[in-house]
Amino acid sequence: MKPPPFSYHAPESIEDTVGLLASLENAKLLAGGQSLMPMLNMRYAQPDHLIDLNRVDGLGFIREEAGGLTIGAMTRQREVEFSPLIDRLCPLLAEALPLIGHRQTRNRGTVGGSLAHSDGAAEIPTVAAALDATLTVIGPNGRRDVAYADFPAGYLMTALGWDELLVSIHLPAWGAGHGYAFEEFARRHGDFAIVSAAALIEAGADGTIARAALALGGMGAAPVRARKAEAALTGRPGGAETIQAAAEHCLGLEAQDDVHAPAAYRRKLAAVLARRALARAWERACARGGA
Amino acid sequence: MTMAEMRRITLTVNGEAREAEVETRLTLADFLRRELGLTGTHLGCEHGVCGACTVLVDGRSARSCLMLAVQAEGAKVETVESLAAKDGALHPLQEAFRDHHGLQCGFCTPGMLMTLKELLADSPDPTEEEVRTAISGNLCRCTGYQGIVDAALDAARRIREGAS
Repeated sequence: MKPPPFSYHAPESIEDTVGLLASLENAKLLAGGQSLMPMLNMRYAQPDHLIDLNRVDGLGFIREEAGGLTIGAMTRQREVEFSPLIDRLCPLLAEALPLIGHRQTRNRGTVGGSLAHSDGAAEIPTVAAALDATLTVIGPNGRRDVAYADFPAGYLMTALGWDELLVSIHLPAWGAGHGYAFEEFARRHGDFAIVSAAALIEAGADGTIARAALALGGMGAAPVRARKAEAALTGRPGGAETIQAAAEHCLGLEAQDDVHAPAAYRRKLAAVLARRALARAWERACARGGA
Repeated sequence: MTMAEMRRITLTVNGEAREAEVETRLTLADFLRRELGLTGTHLGCEHGVCGACTVLVDGRSARSCLMLAVQAEGAKVETVESLAAKDGALHPLQEAFRDHHGLQCGFCTPGMLMTLKELLADSPDPTEEEVRTAISGNLCRCTGYQGIVDAALDAARRIREGAS
């Protein structure tokens, strides 16, 4: 038997799930299982109670809402991948999704599971950081919204309380003609990225960059925004020179050393991937109707 | 230490209704192999990396080492044993694997076949690139992937021609 013994619960409503969380000690929520199941099989995780979210009503949906896209926490990654709404409202996510694991893991893996697991190299958190997403969580005291910037809280840790459940994520849409690109470097297709870059650009009428966002995954415990790079883009004339100069700010970002790559390599990679992502985003911003 | 917690499940496996009393921590892979004797589903890494244990759950490929048997309650599960006909006639995918040297030791084969069954149901005429992406989550350590890719493309052709 691979996983340690636990008591299994399969609630069918959000209310029952929150009730179970409040009443059970050392409980763990099971979403798509593509990260927690390996941790159980290897006995890294030893919960006394496993609360399976797969039969909970009201957590699987994709809808246009409040000028963006709202995705239920238990929506399968593969379902989002083929949703007609994301091409229009969040093409950055559409580009990042096929890079997550493999079709077998995306069939089970969920959007909320990836966010709550909070691997700093994962694609969905990196997209959430770039878009300033808002997460809705529910606990014994009701619902609250958490800005994605305040969500990660250290290695595989989040702002979710032990008695709280992630309900949905809201991704604000950028202007209709915005440019976007997601770049990553991984040793093999489907591996976690060593570094990834998510870029968004809106072109102004005069050939300048009106708005830019750049998030990097894989640099540390959580995705980071390259604020200096963003400042070096906004209001400047779009093009290779501006982008090159902005991307070089990534060489000054903090990065982790680990078995996959030293920090200096990650910073170098961040600058290269940022340049590629920004260049493609700018090209698209021009082609899609901006400058 | 929690006592072994048991639960009764009913599901359909390879078209057959099955009912069993299982420990809640039992993985779907171990349930198929040990409780039902369907040892065609192989277990390699048991943490979702190698893809050998891939089965179809309600028509969608999934790693059976990353699902609990209790989660398959009410589901339709298909394993590699469902591919060949009752009289032993091979599925076109299996025939193509044989013809193109798509397997050597055969350990990865059940997972490869089930992943490709899903791919060909979604895309009856896939490109080589699509085939390679689809099986990127299935590790083969002996034949190399060329024979497997050739087999997948040939099987797609055989199935299309058989259907027309």
